[in-house]
Amino acid sequence: MSFNLAWYCSFFLVLVLIFVPIIGVTAGLEVVFGIIIPYLAILIFFVGMVYKVVIWARTPVPFRIPTTCGQQKSLPWLKRTLRDRLENPFTTWEVIGRMILEVFFFRSLFRNIKAQLRDEPSYPEKKRLVYWSSKWLWLGAIAFHYSFLVILIRHLWLFTEPVPSFVRLVEHIDSFFQLYVPAVYISGIVLIVALTYLLLRRIFDPKLRYISLFSDYLPLFWLLAIGISGILMRYFFKVDMTAVKELTLGLASLHPHIPKEHIGVIFYVHLFLVSSFFAYFPFTKLAHMAGIFMSMTRNLANNNRAVRHVNPWNYPVRVKTYLDQENDWREDMAKFGLPLEISVEEAKKLGKEKLEELADEEAARLYNKLSGNRHAPVFPETEFLRKQIKEE
Amino acid sequence: MAAIPKPEELANISFRPPGRKWMDTKPEFKEGTHCHAAAPKWLEWLDYPFPRSWSTYDEDWKLPKNWKEIFLVGFNDRLNKYRSLRLFMDICVRCGACADKCQFFLGTGDPKNMPVLRAELMRSLYRRYHTTAGKILGRLAGARELTEDVVKELYYYLYQCSECRRCSAFCPYGIDMADITILGRELLSSIGLGIEWAMASVGSCFKIGSHIGSPPHAFKDMLEFFADECEVVTGIRPRVPVNEKGHEILFIMPSGDYFADPGTFNCMGYLLLFEYLDLDYTISTFAAEGGNFGYFISHEMGKRLNAKFYAEAKRLGVKWILGGECGHMWRVINQYMDTWNGPADFLEEPVSPITGTKFENAKSTKMVHICEFTADLIKHGKLNLDPSRNAHIVLTFHDSCNPARAMGLLEEPRYIIKNVLPPGHFYEMPENTIREKNFCCGSGSGFNADEYLPIRLRGGFPRASAVRYVHEKYGVNHVGMICAIDRAVFPPLMDYWVPGVDITGIHELVGNALVFPGERERVVDLRKRPLKGKEKEAEKFLEEVM
Amino acid sequence: MYDGGKVIIGLIVLFIICTFPFFYNMGRAAKVPEPKLDTPAIKKLPEWERVCVQPTPWMRANHMRLLDHWRNWALREANREYIGFNGKRYTISLQNTCLNCHSNYDKFCNECHSYMGIKPYCWGCHLQKPKEWAKGELKEGR
Repeated sequence: MSFNLAWYCSFFLVLVLIFVPIIGVTAGLEVVFGIIIPYLAILIFFVGMVYKVVIWARTPVPFRIPTTCGQQKSLPWLKRTLRDRLENPFTTWEVIGRMILEVFFFRSLFRNIKAQLRDEPSYPEKKRLVYWSSKWLWLGAIAFHYSFLVILIRHLWLFTEPVPSFVRLVEHIDSFFQLYVPAVYISGIVLIVALTYLLLRRIFDPKLRYISLFSDYLPLFWLLAIGISGILMRYFFKVDMTAVKELTLGLASLHPHIPKEHIGVIFYVHLFLVSSFFAYFPFTKLAHMAGIFMSMTRNLANNNRAVRHVNPWNYPVRVKTYLDQENDWREDMAKFGLPLEISVEEAKKLGKEKLEELADEEAARLYNKLSGNRHAPVFPETEFLRKQIKEE
Repeated sequence: MAAIPKPEELANISFRPPGRKWMDTKPEFKEGTHCHAAAPKWLEWLDYPFPRSWSTYDEDWKLPKNWKEIFLVGFNDRLNKYRSLRLFMDICVRCGACADKCQFFLGTGDPKNMPVLRAELMRSLYRRYHTTAGKILGRLAGARELTEDVVKELYYYLYQCSECRRCSAFCPYGIDMADITILGRELLSSIGLGIEWAMASVGSCFKIGSHIGSPPHAFKDMLEFFADECEVVTGIRPRVPVNEKGHEILFIMPSGDYFADPGTFNCMGYLLLFEYLDLDYTISTFAAEGGNFGYFISHEMGKRLNAKFYAEAKRLGVKWILGGECGHMWRVINQYMDTWNGPADFLEEPVSPITGTKFENAKSTKMVHICEFTADLIKHGKLNLDPSRNAHIVLTFHDSCNPARAMGLLEEPRYIIKNVLPPGHFYEMPENTIREKNFCCGSGSGFNADEYLPIRLRGGFPRASAVRYVHEKYGVNHVGMICAIDRAVFPPLMDYWVPGVDITGIHELVGNALVFPGERERVVDLRKRPLKGKEKEAEKFLEEVM
Repeated sequence: MYDGGKVIIGLIVLFIICTFPFFYNMGRAAKVPEPKLDTPAIKKLPEWERVCVQPTPWMRANHMRLLDHWRNWALREANREYIGFNGKRYTISLQNTCLNCHSNYDKFCNECHSYMGIKPYCWGCHLQKPKEWAKGELKEGR
């Protein structure tokens, strides 16, 4: 994907998203930007997320394929550490533990190492691969996600009256340093720094630049615009927050109205960026928010050999049976003293067709119905297309 | 075969992607960069679609007329059958954590070997045909049309993924490239594109009995030969029960263990161990293949080969199944067998007849890994072992991808190793290259082909580099492993990168160390190499027996 | 295998999180604050002089910044003179200037502050001192 095009397009699109509400509100469309679009956005977000999850959920998980990162549970005397149990879960509780580590602490990303090809003159190949612990991506990701979460929780003050105590607690902790008036929230700074880091690594790491798409740059610019507009509104271009809360609380209590006091346009810019972002969310890679819970390499126990996993679309495949082998090699097998189901003489008497029949019978006896038989189709889902070709 | 550059040239790798965008680059089908096309014979044996002779070097791959339709119908079908595919197509954020985890990227520097980009090859098609943004915005949304060039690219890169799942361990969402690769290869094989090495193995296994295509009597003959060899070295000739009904255990090993050195020594180890235990077991000529190259082509083909296990267990009337040392074989057994071909309700929950240990972790599948079995024997003191017979070996252990990341069989082989080697003869490779972070041998998933050696050596470079480290630092002279593909492909890999390092299976070491009552005094190991301190006797002995 | 049950639980959790504010506010009339300007001091003023140091909309958005500046000017720079938007001179003093007119803490200051869930620490020292603030237990400001 063209780096320049993807970068410029996403940047330009975010600029457009900033100007749309400026023009709209100037033209007196407060109702559209303050009420209709936010409601639509939350609706699209929720319905979109459900739609996405339902599509995933109605697709079966045919096989239990956890990626194991620790010692399996096998022999009763073989001790497994807590780490083994969390990285190679056998029970549901261990799976829950693993998922908590993944979702809240980004366990797998924490594993990250960086490979480096180093000169090693004493080696004949003159090179050596070394690996460094590399936690920067993890740190950036954790910083971004948690500051985003804190900011989301803090914003609940706009939608609740009275403000719940957990929101107040988060505000209190977030403004711990008591700098400036109004007090600076640490989460806002962390968010911007983390986003900047995530954006810069996409631009300056050649590998990442090579793989990055339009849809990778866009959410970063978008979130930066959201963060910056919020910070500007809080500290610099101040708006009448009582009126803002009147509007937001109106939305939350289903009595939407535009307050009679004027609210600065920057508020509508911020609101529109947030609304559009949430509406965009479910249909893109950002759906990983729900997807991580459904990742079958993480959310399944590695107990396949103890508990049978059922594949709902398991279908019989074409197999051979032991008699096929014996029919092909009977005389040689007899010569080497291998026990036979049907002796050489008997087989001669039965004839080829009867042997085929017996093989079918044996297959029916040895293979269960969903496992296989000697005449099942190959690639059944496209068999009709292949037949078409043959007929033509 | 393609000329192979010197290690120094091969190790001169750049991780900088080229200036051109990845959608604009095409793979070049030069010698040594890809696996050759499958011959029609194997496809006919398997009733696989579109058998024909074709060549990867030709411009025209002789695809069927409606190949595109078949591919897209198949893709759609798999999106509806595999949540993994749908999810993995949707949620990748391209964070790049997987990029430098793939041994093929580390060994080639080809950006399309970054797991994320390898998956994008498929994802770009998903976007084009299954997302609105992709349909409208096309390339800007990272979508692209399915063309013959794209198919060739998929062929090239999906067969440069050894399905080792290393990327999956590092991915924050656990996206499993192996799963995407298998499904992609399924689509390729549905339009008649397969690689010779895998298809030949699968065809042989399906029709004859094992990947190497040895007929039943030849298989039996080989086993008898190993028994003779055991007798020469130990004075004990193990039984070789084949296709016998009414035993307790069916033993299934990968064909690599009876096909070529050093796997064959491992097979001798199994036979000796079973003889020592007087184990009530049999081997089958029909289920003569533990490995499953079918799994490297499609889930369906994997199931077709795997179905033999239970069918043969049923026919022979055994109680449970014991499996040999093999890598992907154990991913299949651990994660697929019961689902594909179970329930194995005609078998019994495996119990070690020697120690009485119940293998509760295998109570549904009813198949036990031989390392679990042997470790349990050692733990209960059932084996008389003389580690000094392995004193000529300084070992490091190569975790095989599938037992490590699709099973978690980490401690069992190590426990055995520590009990059959003298103290101080076992060294781990650097931490970031073992256990769940192990590196693939570079030849997994059907890449053993000779024509592919240059890429295999590149893919094996990270592993070899780690072996070199312990070789230089601790004087390690053997790499131990529990995978038949490893045992087959490590020798050329080591000869190229770290000459002087030999390969061994774990049960070969067990066979060496096992003290039989009434055995002859051992002066050589199973490979007829003199034991430490017995060099003179060994010389005499070898003169006698040769 | 689908694990449908677990997926539904997950979706219910998502639904609850998305709609938390709606449920939280259900049945509660959102009372819009109406700060009262009917103190005796204001009533005494003629209609045309009933203005603050800056226009009302500006004050609604910026009074906290103004008070912060006033504190700095008065206490750190000993500057106690402020010229309002209409050219009138004011003494910089919360107690004597602001609260002279806005002497109705509950009906004026707290009317909005409680609605917004804010507890400014002005009142830790000035005029009204609810007990818990005086102890210094709660002193955040938004």
